[in-house]
Amino acid sequence: MRQGFWGELKKYRTLLLMLTPAVLFFILFAYIPMAGIVLAFKKYSYDGGIFGSSWNGIDNFRFFFDSGDAWRVTRNTALYNIAFIIVNNVLQIFAGILLFEVAGKWFRKITQTLMFLPYFISWVVVGAIAYNLFNFDVGTVNSLLVSLGFEKSDIYNTPAYWPFILVIVSAWKALGYGSVMYLAAITSIDTEMYEAAQIDGANIFQRIFRITIPNLMPTVIILVLLAVGNIFRGDFGMFYNMVGNNGLLFSSTDVIDTYVFRSLITSNDIGMSAAAGFFQSVLGFVTIMLANFAVRKYDKDYALF
Amino acid sequence: MSTVVSESRAGSQPAGQKIRHSDRILLAVIGYVSLSLLALFCLLPFWLVVSSSLTDETAITMNGFSLIPSTFSVEAYRILFEFPKDMLKAYGVTISVTLIGTVLGLFLTSMTAYVLTRRDFRWRNRFSFFFFFTTLFSGGLVPWYLMIVNYLQLKDTLVVLILPMLLNVFYIIVMKSFMSSIPEAITESAKIDGAGDFRIFILLIVPLSKPALATIGLFIALAYWNDWYNALLFISKSDLMPLQYYLYRMLGNMDGMRKAMMQAGAVVNTNLPTESLKMAMTIVATGPILLAYPFIQRFFVQGLTIGAVKG
Repeated sequence: MRQGFWGELKKYRTLLLMLTPAVLFFILFAYIPMAGIVLAFKKYSYDGGIFGSSWNGIDNFRFFFDSGDAWRVTRNTALYNIAFIIVNNVLQIFAGILLFEVAGKWFRKITQTLMFLPYFISWVVVGAIAYNLFNFDVGTVNSLLVSLGFEKSDIYNTPAYWPFILVIVSAWKALGYGSVMYLAAITSIDTEMYEAAQIDGANIFQRIFRITIPNLMPTVIILVLLAVGNIFRGDFGMFYNMVGNNGLLFSSTDVIDTYVFRSLITSNDIGMSAAAGFFQSVLGFVTIMLANFAVRKYDKDYALF
Repeated sequence: MSTVVSESRAGSQPAGQKIRHSDRILLAVIGYVSLSLLALFCLLPFWLVVSSSLTDETAITMNGFSLIPSTFSVEAYRILFEFPKDMLKAYGVTISVTLIGTVLGLFLTSMTAYVLTRRDFRWRNRFSFFFFFTTLFSGGLVPWYLMIVNYLQLKDTLVVLILPMLLNVFYIIVMKSFMSSIPEAITESAKIDGAGDFRIFILLIVPLSKPALATIGLFIALAYWNDWYNALLFISKSDLMPLQYYLYRMLGNMDGMRKAMMQAGAVVNTNLPTESLKMAMTIVATGPILLAYPFIQRFFVQGLTIGAVKG
């Protein structure tokens, strides 16, 4: 029974009305800005706005690439995300398995609560904690070094330390959430498998390596591939609050997101900022498509689309 | 056949059990030690901030921050609570933004998710893709920023702290997958009884979705409470600064802090305990979350478990 477009419109009017706020929201905050990527090819002027400004071809991109910034921020973004994916997942799986295997209910509850603590605080507070630790004059790390008879270290002026610091901070903040997610996945593994293994005389480590970890693999693969799709997106909150606009550290801490922000707000270079953002969106789109293709190959059910 | 197998296994049981027992102990040792270390690693930074906020300023300048206050002092908190006007204002902004944003966001998220679960809605897949596509591709920061500032004219309004974060595709998807586990027969029978789509949603679906609503609601509330990014981009009026952004400003700008304290009537401005004051401010700005999170965490854990069991 076909009713034609207007008939269907009438039939679904309540449902369509219920969708309207969300549709408007995404048109305003996602779709119109998508059209705004034309800015990357324009010389922005306030009178012209997004669509009225004059074209200037690929000059914005040439600026971005010729400055050498493009390679630096892209490399940093990708390398940080790869390190985060590996370190965070390994630690989270490790903690998840131990939380599952360790018997004491109270112990489990307390450690889980403590590990979840960093997840709940804002990056601003994390920035304050970093200041407490790494500040040159009064930082805890330096007071510790001095009390042990070493020289003070100027951490906020030494780019080489920051990859390690940022990887540790990322692991610290994500540990609780991730390990609980893995714990949930382990809990849903069929207990009959464990019972069968016990009858077969498997020891506890065989149980972990032959049953728990293989059964976690689908979860691991989905999470990792989703993260791979976001490999060119930096966690702005983290980088900005840990490092801020400290130019001395940019060689090892500048990522695409902080670069785009700086070009927009600090140097007010709207054209180049838009070009860098466009570059990031395209790279991100391509990696998400590739990641999804990989998931489909692994198992169609886990694919995003 | 099976009895023979189990009998022969039963025969080797004692030796096997011995090995298993020692393995258990080894695993327990590894487990307790590693988990304790990880928990400590997560706790220590907070402990440092608490301890620093309770240390006398001269002790900090002499010896730096440390795990145990060398000279105990509540001076930083005294100053903070003596002139709480700005902090309270920031609290007010954050609380209102969080309340309005969470209620409105949760309502719209669940309503949208519900429509997308309706099998009899023929355009459901097209709309799903319309929402989902925004996670694949975006215009980037610049057009988004110009949209809000130049076209919607939202700079320095309370709305700008709420509106851009109102909906999130990921939450819609999670909510939708929860709601599609509610039997369709419920919707069908209500329709036969003459209930409209919106009534079905409010009276039947919402009460049945409580666990998902609690989990997503907490996610949304946490995002609003911890937000500072929208304020960084769009807020310059001090009256509209949310708590996290206020803290951010104060941490980076002790002169500004001094000025604010002076305006509030403080006479101590010449030797304000800046370092311990920074840490005390951090504690006060984090306070409610720190107090509430052990209770909130339970819901998160349950919500995550639901998601995992459903696959």
